Amino acid sequence: MVRRRKFIKKSVLTSITAAIGIPIVYGRFLRGEILPIGLENSQITLPGKSAELIVLNDRPINAETPPHLLNDKLTPNDLFFVRNNGLPPSRVDAENWTLTIGGESARAEKTFSIAELKSKFKTYSLDITLECGGNGRSEFNPPAKGNQWSTGAVGCAKWTGVRLSDVLMEVGVKEDAMYIGYYGADLHVSGDKTKNTISRGVPIKKALSNDSLIAWQMNGEDLPALNGYPLRLVFGGYPASCSGKWLNKIVIRNKVHDGAKMGGQSYRVPCKTVAPGEKVKDEDMCIIEEMPVKSLITYPKTGATIKANQKMPISGKAWTAAKKINKVEYSIDFGMNWKSCSLGAAANQFAWQQFDADVSFDKPGYYEVWARATDSNGKTQPIILPGWNPKGYLNNACHRIAVKVEA
Amino acid sequence: MTDQMQSFANKLVVVQLLVLFFLSIAIHSACTDDNKRESDKQLEDKASAIGIATEIDTLTGMALDENFELVRANCITCHSAKLITQNRATREGWKGMLDWMRETQNLHDLGENEGPILDYLAKHYSPENKGRRANLEDIEWYELESE
Ligand code: HEC
Repeated sequence: MVRRRKFIKKSVLTSITAAIGIPIVYGRFLRGEILPIGLENSQITLPGKSAELIVLNDRPINAETPPHLLNDKLTPNDLFFVRNNGLPPSRVDAENWTLTIGGESARAEKTFSIAELKSKFKTYSLDITLECGGNGRSEFNPPAKGNQWSTGAVGCAKWTGVRLSDVLMEVGVKEDAMYIGYYGADLHVSGDKTKNTISRGVPIKKALSNDSLIAWQMNGEDLPALNGYPLRLVFGGYPASCSGKWLNKIVIRNKVHDGAKMGGQSYRVPCKTVAPGEKVKDEDMCIIEEMPVKSLITYPKTGATIKANQKMPISGKAWTAAKKINKVEYSIDFGMNWKSCSLGAAANQFAWQQFDADVSFDKPGYYEVWARATDSNGKTQPIILPGWNPKGYLNNACHRIAVKVEA
Repeated sequence: MTDQMQSFANKLVVVQLLVLFFLSIAIHSACTDDNKRESDKQLEDKASAIGIATEIDTLTGMALDENFELVRANCITCHSAKLITQNRATREGWKGMLDWMRETQNLHDLGENEGPILDYLAKHYSPENKGRRANLEDIEWYELESE
Protein backbone atom coordinates (compact mmCIF):
# COMPACT_ATOMS: atom_id res chain seq x y z
CA MET A 1 0.00 0.00 0.00
CA VAL A 2 2.69 2.41 1.03
CA ARG A 3 4.69 1.45 -2.00
CA ARG A 4 1.80 1.94 -4.37
CA ARG A 5 1.04 5.35 -2.97
CA LYS A 6 4.64 6.25 -3.59
CA PHE A 7 4.35 5.21 -7.19
CA ILE A 8 1.38 7.45 -7.74
CA LYS A 9 3.02 10.43 -6.09
CA LYS A 10 6.08 9.96 -8.23
CA SER A 11 4.12 9.98 -11.44
CA VAL A 12 2.32 13.13 -10.44
CA LEU A 13 5.62 14.73 -9.67
CA THR A 14 7.05 13.82 -13.01
CA SER A 15 4.23 15.69 -14.65
CA ILE A 16 4.84 18.73 -12.47
CA THR A 17 8.52 18.69 -13.22
CA ALA A 18 7.88 18.19 -16.87
CA ALA A 19 5.71 21.29 -16.80
CA ILE A 20 8.34 23.36 -15.06
CA GLY A 21 11.06 21.95 -17.18
CA ILE A 22 13.83 22.49 -14.65
CA PRO A 23 14.68 20.80 -11.41
CA ILE A 24 14.21 22.88 -8.29
CA VAL A 25 17.51 24.17 -7.08
CA TYR A 26 18.04 25.16 -3.51
CA GLY A 27 20.42 28.11 -3.40
CA ARG A 28 23.19 27.34 -0.97
CA PHE A 29 22.29 30.46 0.94
CA LEU A 30 18.58 30.12 0.64
CA ARG A 31 16.71 29.04 3.71
CA GLY A 32 14.15 26.31 3.45
CA GLU A 33 11.29 28.44 4.68
CA ILE A 34 10.56 30.11 1.36
CA LEU A 35 10.31 26.86 -0.48
CA PRO A 36 6.97 25.62 -1.66
CA ILE A 37 6.53 23.35 1.28
CA GLY A 38 5.66 19.79 0.66
CA LEU A 39 6.17 19.79 -3.05
CA GLU A 40 7.09 16.26 -3.90
CA ASN A 41 10.79 16.20 -4.22
CA SER A 42 12.28 13.19 -5.87
CA GLN A 43 13.55 15.71 -8.45
CA ILE A 44 14.99 18.17 -5.99
CA THR A 45 18.70 18.78 -6.27
CA LEU A 46 20.29 19.40 -2.91
CA PRO A 47 23.19 21.87 -3.02
CA GLY A 48 26.48 20.05 -3.42
CA LYS A 49 24.74 16.68 -3.52
CA SER A 50 24.16 14.06 -6.18
CA ALA A 51 20.66 13.72 -7.61
CA GLU A 52 20.98 10.02 -6.83
CA LEU A 53 20.59 10.55 -3.10
CA ILE A 54 17.18 9.48 -1.81
CA VAL A 55 15.54 12.53 -0.25
CA LEU A 56 13.44 11.50 2.75
CA ASN A 57 12.57 15.04 3.74
CA ASP A 58 13.33 18.34 2.04
CA ARG A 59 12.70 20.47 5.11
CA PRO A 60 14.68 19.86 7.19
CA ILE A 61 16.89 18.09 4.63
CA ASN A 62 17.36 14.40 5.21
CA ALA A 63 18.77 12.29 2.39
CA GLU A 64 20.40 8.87 2.20
CA THR A 65 22.76 7.05 -0.15
CA PRO A 66 21.64 3.91 -2.02
CA PRO A 67 23.91 0.98 -1.03
CA HIS A 68 25.47 0.49 -4.47
CA LEU A 69 26.73 4.09 -4.37
CA LEU A 70 28.73 3.38 -1.22
CA ASN A 71 31.22 1.20 -3.06
CA ASP A 72 34.09 3.73 -2.91
CA LYS A 73 36.78 3.44 -0.25
CA LEU A 74 35.87 6.98 0.77
CA THR A 75 32.34 8.20 0.16
CA PRO A 76 32.48 11.18 -2.23
CA ASN A 77 31.21 14.42 -0.71
CA ASP A 78 28.25 14.64 -3.07
CA LEU A 79 27.11 11.14 -2.10
CA PHE A 80 27.51 11.50 1.66
CA PHE A 81 24.17 11.30 3.48
CA VAL A 82 22.55 14.33 5.13
CA ARG A 83 20.73 14.30 8.45
CA ASN A 84 19.71 17.85 9.28
CA ASN A 85 17.61 18.55 12.35
CA GLY A 86 17.16 22.20 11.43
CA LEU A 87 18.07 24.71 8.76
CA PRO A 88 21.75 25.20 7.91
CA PRO A 89 23.09 28.74 8.49
CA SER A 90 22.25 30.87 5.47
CA ARG A 91 25.44 32.89 5.24
CA VAL A 92 28.70 31.38 6.32
CA ASP A 93 31.76 33.61 6.57
CA ALA A 94 34.51 31.08 7.23
CA GLU A 95 37.15 33.77 7.76
CA ASN A 96 35.28 35.30 10.65
CA TRP A 97 33.92 32.02 11.99
CA THR A 98 34.84 31.36 15.61
CA LEU A 99 34.78 28.41 17.95
CA THR A 100 34.39 29.14 21.66
CA ILE A 101 35.34 26.61 24.31
CA GLY A 102 33.77 27.10 27.72
CA GLY A 103 31.50 25.40 30.23
CA GLU A 104 31.67 24.90 33.99
CA SER A 105 34.49 22.35 33.74
CA ALA A 106 36.70 24.46 31.48
CA ARG A 107 39.54 26.32 33.25
CA ALA A 108 38.94 29.34 31.04
CA GLU A 109 36.81 30.41 28.13
CA LYS A 110 38.70 30.77 24.87
CA THR A 111 37.72 31.61 21.33
CA PHE A 112 39.56 30.48 18.21
CA SER A 113 39.22 31.43 14.56
CA ILE A 114 39.63 28.62 12.05
CA ALA A 115 43.01 30.11 11.07
CA GLU A 116 44.08 29.92 14.72
CA LEU A 117 43.00 26.30 14.98
CA LYS A 118 45.07 25.58 11.88
CA SER A 119 48.18 27.40 13.11
CA LYS A 120 48.14 26.57 16.83
CA PHE A 121 47.50 22.84 16.65
CA LYS A 122 48.79 19.90 14.67
CA THR A 123 46.56 18.84 11.78
CA TYR A 124 45.42 15.22 11.38
CA SER A 125 43.56 13.37 8.65
CA LEU A 126 41.57 10.26 9.56
CA ASP A 127 39.17 8.03 7.63
CA ILE A 128 36.12 7.84 9.85
CA THR A 129 32.74 6.21 9.27
CA LEU A 130 29.73 8.23 10.39
CA GLU A 131 26.37 6.55 10.75
CA CYS A 132 23.11 8.08 11.91
CA GLY A 133 21.75 6.35 15.02
CA GLY A 134 18.43 5.90 13.20
CA ASN A 135 19.89 4.23 10.10
CA GLY A 136 17.64 1.25 9.32
CA ARG A 137 14.69 2.69 11.24
CA SER A 138 12.23 1.90 8.41
CA GLU A 139 12.36 -1.81 9.21
CA PHE A 140 11.15 -1.66 12.79
CA ASN A 141 7.78 -3.17 13.59
CA PRO A 142 5.70 -1.59 15.11
CA PRO A 143 7.01 1.41 13.15
CA ALA A 144 9.38 3.79 14.91
CA LYS A 145 9.02 7.58 14.82
CA GLY A 146 11.19 9.85 12.69
CA ASN A 147 12.77 9.85 9.26
CA GLN A 148 12.37 6.38 7.82
CA TRP A 149 15.99 5.66 6.93
CA SER A 150 16.60 2.53 4.95
CA THR A 151 20.30 1.53 4.83
CA GLY A 152 22.00 4.67 3.58
CA ALA A 153 22.52 7.02 6.53
CA VAL A 154 26.18 6.02 6.60
CA GLY A 155 29.39 6.99 4.85
CA CYS A 156 33.14 6.99 5.39
CA ALA A 157 35.22 10.08 4.58
CA LYS A 158 38.69 11.39 5.19
CA TRP A 159 38.26 14.16 7.75
CA THR A 160 40.97 16.75 8.25
CA GLY A 161 41.22 18.92 11.31
CA VAL A 162 42.72 19.12 14.77
CA ARG A 163 42.36 16.81 17.72
CA LEU A 164 39.55 17.93 19.97
CA SER A 165 41.75 16.89 22.91
CA ASP A 166 44.55 19.30 21.87
CA VAL A 167 42.10 22.19 21.85
CA LEU A 168 40.42 21.19 25.12
CA MET A 169 43.81 20.80 26.82
CA GLU A 170 44.92 24.23 25.60
CA VAL A 171 41.86 25.72 27.30
CA GLY A 172 42.21 23.53 30.39
CA VAL A 173 39.95 20.71 31.55
CA LYS A 174 38.95 20.62 35.22
CA GLU A 175 39.11 17.36 37.12
CA ASP A 176 35.35 17.10 37.48
CA ALA A 177 34.81 17.16 33.68
CA MET A 178 32.35 14.49 32.65
CA TYR A 179 30.98 15.33 29.23
CA ILE A 180 31.30 17.80 26.39
CA GLY A 181 28.39 19.38 24.56
CA TYR A 182 28.34 21.24 21.26
CA TYR A 183 26.37 24.11 19.80
CA GLY A 184 26.04 24.86 16.10
CA ALA A 185 24.74 27.67 13.91
CA ASP A 186 21.79 25.82 12.43
CA LEU A 187 18.37 27.36 12.97
CA HIS A 188 15.35 25.65 14.49
CA VAL A 189 12.74 24.88 11.82
CA SER A 190 10.15 26.97 13.64
CA GLY A 191 12.33 30.03 12.95
CA ASP A 192 12.72 30.68 16.70
CA LYS A 193 16.25 32.07 16.91
CA THR A 194 16.49 31.48 20.66
CA LYS A 195 15.92 27.77 20.26
CA ASN A 196 18.72 25.26 19.79
CA THR A 197 18.05 22.74 17.06
CA ILE A 198 20.32 20.07 18.42
CA SER A 199 23.05 20.26 21.06
CA ARG A 200 24.46 16.84 21.85
CA GLY A 201 27.86 15.58 22.95
CA VAL A 202 30.01 12.72 24.22
CA PRO A 203 31.57 11.58 27.51
CA ILE A 204 34.85 13.37 28.27
CA LYS A 205 36.83 10.16 27.71
CA LYS A 206 35.61 9.97 24.12
CA ALA A 207 36.22 13.70 23.65
CA LEU A 208 39.85 13.30 24.75
CA SER A 209 40.57 10.28 22.59
CA ASN A 210 43.10 10.80 19.79
CA ASP A 211 40.67 10.12 16.97
CA SER A 212 38.07 12.71 17.99
CA LEU A 213 38.42 15.65 15.61
CA ILE A 214 37.34 19.20 14.99
CA ALA A 215 37.33 19.07 11.18
CA TRP A 216 37.14 21.64 8.38
CA GLN A 217 37.80 19.31 5.47
CA MET A 218 36.14 16.24 4.07
CA ASN A 219 38.02 14.23 1.46
CA GLY A 220 40.45 17.10 0.90
CA GLU A 221 37.79 19.74 0.26
CA ASP A 222 35.88 22.21 2.41
CA LEU A 223 33.03 20.50 4.22
CA PRO A 224 29.87 20.49 2.08
CA ALA A 225 27.34 23.12 3.21
CA LEU A 226 24.91 20.40 4.25
CA ASN A 227 27.57 18.47 6.19
CA GLY A 228 28.57 21.34 8.47
CA TYR A 229 30.65 23.91 6.55
CA PRO A 230 32.88 25.45 7.82
CA LEU A 231 33.52 23.41 10.99
CA ARG A 232 32.24 20.25 12.64
CA LEU A 233 33.02 17.55 15.15
CA VAL A 234 33.81 13.99 14.09
CA PHE A 235 33.47 11.08 16.53
CA GLY A 236 33.91 7.62 15.05
CA GLY A 237 31.80 4.78 16.44
CA TYR A 238 29.19 7.04 18.03
CA PRO A 239 25.82 8.04 16.53
CA ALA A 240 26.57 10.75 13.94
CA SER A 241 24.32 13.16 15.86
CA CYS A 242 27.23 13.51 18.34
CA SER A 243 29.39 14.98 15.57
CA GLY A 244 27.94 18.50 15.67
CA LYS A 245 27.88 20.52 12.45
CA TRP A 246 28.29 24.27 11.85
CA LEU A 247 30.18 24.09 15.13
CA ASN A 248 30.64 27.36 17.01
CA LYS A 249 30.74 26.37 20.68
CA ILE A 250 31.87 23.48 22.86
CA VAL A 251 31.11 23.29 26.56
CA ILE A 252 33.01 21.09 29.00
CA ARG A 253 30.42 19.86 31.48
CA ASN A 254 30.58 18.50 35.03
CA LYS A 255 27.52 16.37 34.29
CA VAL A 256 25.96 14.65 31.29
CA HIS A 257 25.28 17.42 28.77
CA ASP A 258 21.62 18.44 28.81
CA GLY A 259 21.29 20.20 25.44
CA ALA A 260 18.54 19.72 22.86
CA LYS A 261 18.00 16.08 21.88
CA MET A 262 20.12 14.73 24.75
CA GLY A 263 17.04 13.96 26.86
CA GLY A 264 13.62 12.37 26.46
CA GLN A 265 13.73 9.54 23.97
CA SER A 266 16.05 11.17 21.43
CA TYR A 267 19.12 9.08 20.59
CA ARG A 268 18.27 6.81 23.49
CA VAL A 269 17.24 3.18 23.74
CA PRO A 270 15.53 1.36 26.61
CA CYS A 271 18.08 0.65 29.36
CA LYS A 272 16.49 -2.78 29.66
CA THR A 273 15.36 -4.51 26.46
CA VAL A 274 11.60 -4.36 25.83
CA ALA A 275 9.02 -6.28 23.82
CA PRO A 276 8.13 -4.79 20.40
CA GLY A 277 5.72 -1.88 20.86
CA GLU A 278 6.15 -1.64 24.62
CA LYS A 279 5.78 1.82 26.16
CA VAL A 280 8.98 3.03 27.76
CA LYS A 281 9.17 5.93 30.20
CA ASP A 282 11.74 8.65 29.51
CA GLU A 283 13.62 7.83 32.70
CA ASP A 284 14.05 4.23 31.51
CA MET A 285 15.80 5.32 28.33
CA CYS A 286 19.63 5.35 28.15
CA ILE A 287 21.87 7.42 25.88
CA ILE A 288 23.33 5.53 22.92
CA GLU A 289 27.10 5.59 22.98
CA GLU A 290 28.78 2.98 20.79
CA MET A 291 27.19 1.96 17.52
CA PRO A 292 26.92 -1.77 16.71
CA VAL A 293 28.82 -3.86 14.15
CA LYS A 294 27.35 -3.52 10.67
CA SER A 295 27.99 -4.06 6.97
CA LEU A 296 26.54 -3.33 3.53
CA ILE A 297 26.88 -5.11 0.20
CA THR A 298 27.86 -2.26 -2.12
CA TYR A 299 28.39 -4.34 -5.27
CA PRO A 300 26.42 -5.46 -7.15
CA LYS A 301 23.28 -3.41 -6.88
CA THR A 302 20.30 -5.48 -5.76
CA GLY A 303 18.37 -7.02 -8.66
CA ALA A 304 21.31 -8.52 -10.58
CA THR A 305 20.39 -11.20 -13.10
CA ILE A 306 23.21 -13.56 -14.09
CA LYS A 307 23.70 -16.78 -16.05
CA ALA A 308 24.05 -20.10 -14.23
CA ASN A 309 27.70 -20.50 -15.18
CA GLN A 310 28.59 -16.92 -14.28
CA LYS A 311 30.53 -16.15 -11.11
CA MET A 312 29.35 -13.06 -9.34
CA PRO A 313 31.86 -10.91 -7.49
CA ILE A 314 30.47 -9.15 -4.43
CA SER A 315 32.03 -6.39 -2.36
CA GLY A 316 30.99 -4.30 0.54
CA LYS A 317 31.94 -2.34 3.62
CA ALA A 318 31.91 -3.32 7.29
CA TRP A 319 32.33 -1.08 10.33
CA THR A 320 32.08 -1.12 14.11
CA ALA A 321 32.74 0.96 17.20
CA ALA A 322 35.00 -1.86 18.42
CA LYS A 323 38.70 -2.04 17.53
CA LYS A 324 38.11 -3.65 14.17
CA ILE A 325 36.11 -6.03 12.02
CA ASN A 326 37.47 -9.55 12.29
CA LYS A 327 35.36 -11.42 9.79
CA VAL A 328 32.71 -10.95 7.11
CA GLU A 329 30.70 -13.88 5.78
CA TYR A 330 28.06 -14.26 3.10
CA SER A 331 25.20 -16.68 2.61
CA ILE A 332 23.22 -17.48 -0.54
CA ASP A 333 20.82 -19.94 1.11
CA PHE A 334 19.01 -17.72 3.60
CA GLY A 335 21.52 -18.23 6.36
CA MET A 336 21.98 -22.01 6.37
CA ASN A 337 25.57 -21.87 5.17
CA TRP A 338 28.00 -19.02 5.58
CA LYS A 339 31.24 -18.57 3.62
CA SER A 340 34.10 -16.19 4.37
CA CYS A 341 34.82 -13.06 2.41
CA SER A 342 38.32 -11.67 2.01
CA LEU A 343 38.64 -8.69 4.31
CA GLY A 344 40.79 -5.57 3.89
CA ALA A 345 42.41 -3.65 6.71
CA ALA A 346 41.06 -0.35 8.00
CA ALA A 347 43.05 2.80 7.23
CA ASN A 348 42.71 3.57 10.95
CA GLN A 349 40.20 2.75 13.68
CA PHE A 350 36.60 3.70 12.71
CA ALA A 351 37.38 3.59 8.97
CA TRP A 352 35.23 0.99 7.29
CA GLN A 353 36.83 -2.17 5.94
CA GLN A 354 36.23 -3.53 2.47
CA PHE A 355 35.21 -7.15 1.91
CA ASP A 356 35.07 -9.14 -1.31
CA ALA A 357 34.04 -12.60 -2.45
CA ASP A 358 33.36 -14.52 -5.66
CA VAL A 359 29.97 -16.10 -5.42
CA SER A 360 28.80 -19.00 -7.54
CA PHE A 361 25.34 -20.50 -7.72
CA ASP A 362 24.64 -24.15 -8.57
CA LYS A 363 21.16 -23.89 -9.93
CA PRO A 364 18.95 -21.30 -11.58
CA GLY A 365 16.54 -19.55 -9.24
CA TYR A 366 15.86 -16.61 -6.98
CA TYR A 367 18.59 -15.96 -4.46
CA GLU A 368 19.37 -13.48 -1.78
CA VAL A 369 22.95 -12.71 -0.87
CA TRP A 370 23.26 -11.87 2.80
CA ALA A 371 26.37 -10.49 4.46
CA ARG A 372 27.19 -10.37 8.14
CA ALA A 373 30.22 -8.97 9.92
CA THR A 374 31.78 -9.94 13.24
CA ASP A 375 33.90 -7.45 15.16
CA SER A 376 36.84 -7.82 17.54
CA ASN A 377 34.44 -7.87 20.48
CA GLY A 378 33.01 -11.07 19.03
CA LYS A 379 29.70 -9.39 18.17
CA THR A 380 27.93 -10.53 14.96
CA GLN A 381 25.12 -8.89 13.03
CA PRO A 382 21.70 -10.50 13.51
CA ILE A 383 19.78 -11.71 10.44
CA ILE A 384 16.43 -10.43 11.71
CA LEU A 385 15.82 -7.10 13.40
CA PRO A 386 17.65 -6.53 16.67
CA GLY A 387 15.89 -5.32 19.81
CA TRP A 388 12.88 -3.12 19.13
CA ASN A 389 13.05 0.38 20.62
CA PRO A 390 10.56 3.26 20.46
CA LYS A 391 12.64 5.53 18.23
CA GLY A 392 14.04 2.79 16.01
CA TYR A 393 17.77 3.12 16.57
CA LEU A 394 20.62 0.65 16.06
CA ASN A 395 19.18 -1.62 13.39
CA ASN A 396 22.23 -3.62 12.36
CA ALA A 397 20.42 -6.59 10.80
CA CYS A 398 22.42 -8.11 7.96
CA HIS A 399 22.08 -6.50 4.53
CA ARG A 400 20.44 -8.49 1.76
CA ILE A 401 20.46 -8.15 -2.02
CA ALA A 402 18.28 -10.05 -4.50
CA VAL A 403 19.86 -12.05 -7.36
CA LYS A 404 18.28 -14.09 -10.14
CA VAL A 405 20.21 -16.90 -11.79
CA GLU A 406 18.96 -17.86 -15.24
CA ALA A 407 19.54 -21.17 -16.96
CA MET B 1 30.15 30.53 -4.45
CA THR B 2 30.93 34.06 -5.64
CA ASP B 3 28.54 36.91 -4.90
CA GLN B 4 27.60 37.06 -8.56
CA MET B 5 26.80 33.41 -8.73
CA GLN B 6 24.93 33.67 -5.53
CA SER B 7 22.75 36.52 -6.68
CA PHE B 8 22.17 34.68 -9.92
CA ALA B 9 21.23 31.55 -8.00
CA ASN B 10 18.89 33.57 -5.83
CA LYS B 11 17.25 35.12 -8.89
CA LEU B 12 16.91 31.73 -10.47
CA VAL B 13 15.27 30.39 -7.38
CA VAL B 14 12.89 33.34 -7.20
CA VAL B 15 11.87 32.80 -10.81
CA GLN B 16 11.37 29.13 -10.13
CA LEU B 17 9.33 29.85 -7.06
CA LEU B 18 7.09 32.17 -9.04
CA VAL B 19 6.65 29.55 -11.71
CA LEU B 20 5.88 27.01 -9.05
CA PHE B 21 3.45 29.29 -7.34
CA PHE B 22 1.37 29.81 -10.47
CA LEU B 23 1.72 26.20 -11.35
CA SER B 24 0.48 25.09 -7.98
CA ILE B 25 -2.57 27.31 -8.37
CA ALA B 26 -3.07 25.85 -11.80
CA ILE B 27 -2.78 22.32 -10.54
CA HIS B 28 -5.05 22.92 -7.63
CA SER B 29 -7.76 24.40 -9.78
CA ALA B 30 -7.24 21.66 -12.29
CA CYS B 31 -7.90 19.14 -9.57
CA THR B 32 -11.24 20.67 -8.75
CA ASP B 33 -12.19 21.24 -12.38
CA ASP B 34 -14.53 18.90 -14.10
CA ASN B 35 -12.03 18.74 -16.89
CA LYS B 36 -9.18 17.12 -15.10
CA ARG B 37 -5.80 17.17 -16.71
CA GLU B 38 -5.06 14.09 -18.69
CA SER B 39 -2.18 12.94 -16.51
CA ASP B 40 -4.21 13.33 -13.33
CA LYS B 41 -6.96 11.31 -14.85
CA GLN B 42 -4.59 8.59 -15.91
CA LEU B 43 -3.21 8.48 -12.43
CA GLU B 44 -6.62 8.17 -10.93
CA ASP B 45 -7.41 5.35 -13.29
CA LYS B 46 -4.23 3.66 -12.22
CA ALA B 47 -5.11 4.28 -8.61
CA SER B 48 -8.54 2.76 -8.90
CA ALA B 49 -7.11 -0.11 -10.95
CA ILE B 50 -4.92 -1.10 -8.03
CA GLY B 51 -7.64 -0.46 -5.49
CA ILE B 52 -6.67 2.82 -3.89
CA ALA B 53 -9.67 4.73 -2.72
CA THR B 54 -7.83 7.75 -1.38
CA GLU B 55 -6.91 10.66 -3.56
CA ILE B 56 -3.53 12.19 -2.97
CA ASP B 57 -2.89 15.93 -2.90
CA THR B 58 -0.36 16.55 -5.64
CA LEU B 59 1.54 19.26 -3.81
CA THR B 60 1.93 17.74 -0.38
CA GLY B 61 1.60 14.06 -1.19
CA MET B 62 -0.94 13.77 1.64
CA ALA B 63 -4.23 11.91 1.52
CA LEU B 64 -7.19 14.13 0.63
CA ASP B 65 -10.24 14.06 2.86
CA GLU B 66 -12.38 16.36 5.00
CA ASN B 67 -9.62 16.95 7.55
CA PHE B 68 -6.80 17.39 5.08
CA GLU B 69 -7.00 21.19 5.15
CA LEU B 70 -6.61 21.21 8.94
CA VAL B 71 -3.49 19.13 8.75
CA ARG B 72 -2.10 21.21 5.95
CA ALA B 73 -2.78 24.40 7.87
CA ASN B 74 -1.19 23.18 11.10
CA CYS B 75 1.49 20.71 10.20
CA ILE B 76 3.68 21.84 7.36
CA THR B 77 4.93 25.23 8.45
CA CYS B 78 8.04 23.86 10.18
CA HIS B 79 8.76 20.79 8.12
CA SER B 80 7.51 19.37 4.88
CA ALA B 81 4.67 16.89 4.67
CA LYS B 82 7.26 14.25 3.88
CA LEU B 83 7.95 13.84 7.56
CA ILE B 84 4.29 13.05 8.09
CA THR B 85 3.75 10.73 5.13
CA GLN B 86 6.89 8.75 6.00
CA ASN B 87 5.56 7.84 9.43
CA ARG B 88 3.02 5.23 10.54
CA ALA B 89 1.44 5.11 13.98
CA THR B 90 -1.72 4.39 15.91
CA ARG B 91 -3.83 7.32 17.11
CA GLU B 92 -2.05 7.07 20.44
CA GLY B 93 1.33 6.98 18.71
CA TRP B 94 0.44 10.09 16.70
CA LYS B 95 -0.70 11.81 19.88
CA GLY B 96 2.69 10.98 21.41
CA MET B 97 4.44 12.68 18.48
CA LEU B 98 2.26 15.79 18.73
CA ASP B 99 2.86 15.97 22.50
CA TRP B 100 6.62 15.67 21.93
CA MET B 101 6.53 18.45 19.34
CA ARG B 102 4.51 20.66 21.66
CA GLU B 103 6.81 20.06 24.61
CA THR B 104 10.12 20.33 22.80
CA GLN B 105 9.73 21.74 19.28
CA ASN B 106 7.49 24.82 19.62
CA LEU B 107 4.36 23.19 18.18
CA HIS B 108 1.43 25.50 18.95
CA ASP B 109 -1.61 24.39 20.93
CA LEU B 110 -3.89 22.72 18.39
CA GLY B 111 -7.00 23.31 20.53
CA GLU B 112 -10.16 21.70 19.21
CA ASN B 113 -8.37 20.80 15.98
CA GLU B 114 -6.28 18.15 17.67
CA GLY B 115 -9.05 15.52 17.59
CA PRO B 116 -9.78 15.79 13.86
CA ILE B 117 -6.04 15.97 13.08
CA LEU B 118 -5.44 12.78 15.03
CA ASP B 119 -8.41 11.15 13.29
CA TYR B 120 -6.88 12.03 9.94
CA LEU B 121 -3.39 10.80 10.83
CA ALA B 122 -4.61 7.55 12.39
CA LYS B 123 -6.87 6.91 9.41
CA HIS B 124 -4.37 7.46 6.62
CA TYR B 125 -1.06 6.74 8.27
CA SER B 126 -1.71 3.76 10.46
CA PRO B 127 0.80 0.97 10.98
CA GLU B 128 0.81 -2.22 8.98
CA ASN B 129 2.32 -5.34 10.44
CA LYS B 130 5.66 -5.72 8.67
CA GLY B 131 6.83 -8.73 10.68
CA ARG B 132 10.32 -9.09 12.03
CA ARG B 133 11.90 -8.89 8.55
CA ALA B 134 10.06 -8.12 5.32
CA ASN B 135 10.60 -9.64 1.88
CA LEU B 136 12.89 -7.67 -0.42
CA GLU B 137 10.58 -5.55 -2.49
CA ASP B 138 10.69 -2.98 -5.29
CA ILE B 139 13.51 -4.85 -6.98
CA GLU B 140 14.49 -3.49 -10.38
CA TRP B 141 15.96 -6.46 -12.21
CA TYR B 142 18.88 -5.87 -14.57
CA GLU B 143 21.44 -7.98 -16.33
CA LEU B 144 24.81 -8.02 -14.60
CA GLU B 145 27.63 -7.97 -17.15
CA SER B 146 30.32 -10.47 -16.30
CA GLU B 147 33.65 -8.80 -15.73
C1 HEC C 1 6.61 24.44 15.45
C2 HEC C 1 7.15 23.60 14.45
C3 HEC C 1 6.39 22.31 14.10
C4 HEC C 1 5.07 22.18 13.71
C5 HEC C 1 4.04 23.27 13.50
C6 HEC C 1 4.87 20.76 13.51
N1 HEC C 1 6.03 20.08 13.73
FE1 HEC C 1 6.32 18.09 13.45
N2 HEC C 1 8.26 18.28 14.04
C7 HEC C 1 8.90 19.47 14.34
C8 HEC C 1 10.31 19.22 14.54
C9 HEC C 1 11.36 20.26 14.87
C10 HEC C 1 10.51 17.85 14.34
C11 HEC C 1 11.85 17.10 14.37
C12 HEC C 1 12.41 17.16 12.96
C13 HEC C 1 13.67 16.35 12.75
O1 HEC C 1 14.23 15.84 13.72
O2 HEC C 1 14.11 16.22 11.58
C14 HEC C 1 9.21 17.29 14.04
C15 HEC C 1 8.99 15.95 13.79
C16 HEC C 1 7.80 15.41 13.33
C17 HEC C 1 7.59 14.02 13.05
C18 HEC C 1 8.63 12.92 13.26
C19 HEC C 1 8.57 12.53 14.71
C20 HEC C 1 9.87 12.19 15.35
O3 HEC C 1 9.82 11.59 16.44
O4 HEC C 1 10.94 12.52 14.81
C21 HEC C 1 6.29 13.89 12.64
C22 HEC C 1 5.61 12.62 12.23
C23 HEC C 1 5.69 15.21 12.67
N3 HEC C 1 6.64 16.11 13.09
C24 HEC C 1 4.37 15.47 12.36
C25 HEC C 1 3.77 16.69 12.54
C26 HEC C 1 2.33 16.93 12.46
C27 HEC C 1 1.30 15.87 12.14
C28 HEC C 1 2.13 18.25 12.70
C29 HEC C 1 0.80 18.99 12.76
C30 HEC C 1 0.00 18.75 13.92
C31 HEC C 1 3.43 18.86 12.93
N4 HEC C 1 4.38 17.88 12.85
C32 HEC C 1 3.64 20.21 13.17
C33 HEC C 1 8.31 20.71 14.41
C34 HEC C 1 6.98 20.99 14.10
